[in-house]
Amino acid sequence: MPRKPIELPKIESLSILDEDGNVDKALEPKIDKDTLKTMLRYMLLARRTDERMLLMQRQGRCGTFPQSSGHEAISMGSAIHLQKEDWHIPAYRELAGLLYRGWTIEHTLLYWNGFEEGARPPEGVNDLPVCVPIASQLLHAAGIGMGMRIKDQNNIVMTYFGDGASSEGDCHEALNFAAVYQAPVVFVCLNNQYAISVPLAKQMKNETIAQRAIAYGMPGIRVDGNDVLAVYVATQEAIARAKAGEGPTLIEGLTYRFTPHTTADDPKRYRSEEECNTWAKREPIARYKKYLIAKGVMTQADIDSMEAEIDAEIKQSVTKTETLMQSAELSNPLSMFDYLYNDMPPYLNEQREELKAELEKSKKGNKSEGQAAAGHH
Amino acid sequence: MPSINMAKAINLALFEAMDRDPSVVVMGEDVGPDEGVFRITEGLHKKFGDKRVIDTPLAESGIVGSAIGMAIYGLKPVCEIQFSGFDYYAFHQLECHASRFRNRTRGRVNVPLVMRAPYGGGIRALEHHSESREAIYAHTPGLKVVIPSGPRNARALLHSSIQDPDPVIYYEPKALYRLFKEDVPEKMETLPIGQAQVVQKGSELTIVSYGASLRACLEAAEMLQEEDGVKPEIIDLLTVSPLDATLVVESVKNTGRVMVVHEGPRTCGLGAEVVARINEAALLYLEAPIKRVTGFDTPIPYFSKERFYIPDADRILNAAREVLSF
Repeated sequence: MPRKPIELPKIESLSILDEDGNVDKALEPKIDKDTLKTMLRYMLLARRTDERMLLMQRQGRCGTFPQSSGHEAISMGSAIHLQKEDWHIPAYRELAGLLYRGWTIEHTLLYWNGFEEGARPPEGVNDLPVCVPIASQLLHAAGIGMGMRIKDQNNIVMTYFGDGASSEGDCHEALNFAAVYQAPVVFVCLNNQYAISVPLAKQMKNETIAQRAIAYGMPGIRVDGNDVLAVYVATQEAIARAKAGEGPTLIEGLTYRFTPHTTADDPKRYRSEEECNTWAKREPIARYKKYLIAKGVMTQADIDSMEAEIDAEIKQSVTKTETLMQSAELSNPLSMFDYLYNDMPPYLNEQREELKAELEKSKKGNKSEGQAAAGHH
Repeated sequence: MPSINMAKAINLALFEAMDRDPSVVVMGEDVGPDEGVFRITEGLHKKFGDKRVIDTPLAESGIVGSAIGMAIYGLKPVCEIQFSGFDYYAFHQLECHASRFRNRTRGRVNVPLVMRAPYGGGIRALEHHSESREAIYAHTPGLKVVIPSGPRNARALLHSSIQDPDPVIYYEPKALYRLFKEDVPEKMETLPIGQAQVVQKGSELTIVSYGASLRACLEAAEMLQEEDGVKPEIIDLLTVSPLDATLVVESVKNTGRVMVVHEGPRTCGLGAEVVARINEAALLYLEAPIKRVTGFDTPIPYFSKERFYIPDADRILNAAREVLSF
């Protein structure tokens, strides 16, 4: 066997809508007006909710949470393709897609306010809740995809992870399992270039995350993650392959987290404001608005009224959630015992009774506390 | 049905479960055409094929993590981890997800999976192939931990584990796989998870054990009866989580003396939990301090010395005499 180069597939990058809102006509996908508007609506809903939650967190009315601002294009440009029977397995910056799939603003407010109820998928929605342990959700996606093959169902799984997650063993195992079983899974990497404080250069020596696809024997592509049209096209192609029985795809969306990692993080410690400002200008929503206006899909007035509606919706949801947190059902501390097993074992029931008796005696109060009630201002 | 050993009984349960429920799938390393390193999946691949008997890549977190996905999707995966000494790779998926999905989704998403693994020493195996770390799982809220001690209860408990709507760790004492045979009924049967059994009625002393140690306890009990004329009561826990403390406490109230025997390390082992439950519910019935006969708080030694670590009949007998003569 002489020494010669091994031929490997090439990795492409894709950008359709640039940061000034100019579209590459040759690559522009045909999308109907309603769908274009729907994508904007959920991107805006996610952005405004995120911004509102940041204010609430600063006022002591929301717990620590990871912001999703800047990641709306990757989330929405991919989730828009999902059918009801498909599965959507998020990490934790895919608020736009979650809202589109049927989760409510109340869910996200409850969850980041310390209530498990916010992680309960709505009836009929094939989603898993946000996943805090990094990369571990990717194996669930691979398993669901494997299950689709076992049960001969022609559906797909869309799952998400960050650049940080790409270093985890579970990420490798999930990509490999999905490839080996040709599971219909689309792996979408939100490469925002930082694992909390650690930049890409310190996380990996490879040029792109997308190129790892070659090693697993699946197609990979890097897209401009702030370009909702590029994400739309790449995920559409991946879904078509998955449904044709051709297995998984790895899509890397290059983006930037122009917010802190979570509300407890101070990014000034690890990156320059200049860098942050440069990337903030490339964020996904402004360029998409320009595109919609230039295309005649919406006017500025249409967008303004959409934003006004969204703000009213968020306001209403905040009020509703803050009432809900005080409700008898959600505030009952004893509920911590009630969902662990299908049948509560006797020792757990004893512990439940123990806490119940304690609550009756104690001056602690017998209601659970969201961030507001905890008084961590 | 003829008398069968535990390996065959577990194989039979897998076969029956797959045959009656098309959602049951078996997955793990070498479980396909090779039929498992202990041959527990014998005949399954031939009968049920690639789709339901899945040879996986060598990745324990991958096995359990993807099984969680399958379970959520409506299948009932029974994963085999080749040796319990390697299930730590999968622990993260069990701790963060399998055990928590039902709770964190307020009952909306459950994970009916079984993780089977051969555990324990006594077969002169390679390093990292003889551990007894069931306490790690018993310490994890949301899991159930089942440990059979013979062919008949192994088959029945595996059926119960597969039918359970929550994740079950099913630890197989590998020293017992082919040690002895037992009659099992023609018809498949189940045993309730969370219920211990009195395997020998007796007086003066209660011996609580499970898994391979139970065999050593039975042997010691025979010697005790022969040499000292004492017939101890012997309890087989069968499920180490949730623990059936009620049966243990009832027995202790009758005998007043008790010892707990297991192979895993002593500190924070199952024995510690059993002792605590007895102290909470029957302290004043005790005639002597409770004795724990267990593995020591060291890694199980490599096989040249493992017999000095694993509780055997002699150690159990000596401990029983100490408790009886207090």
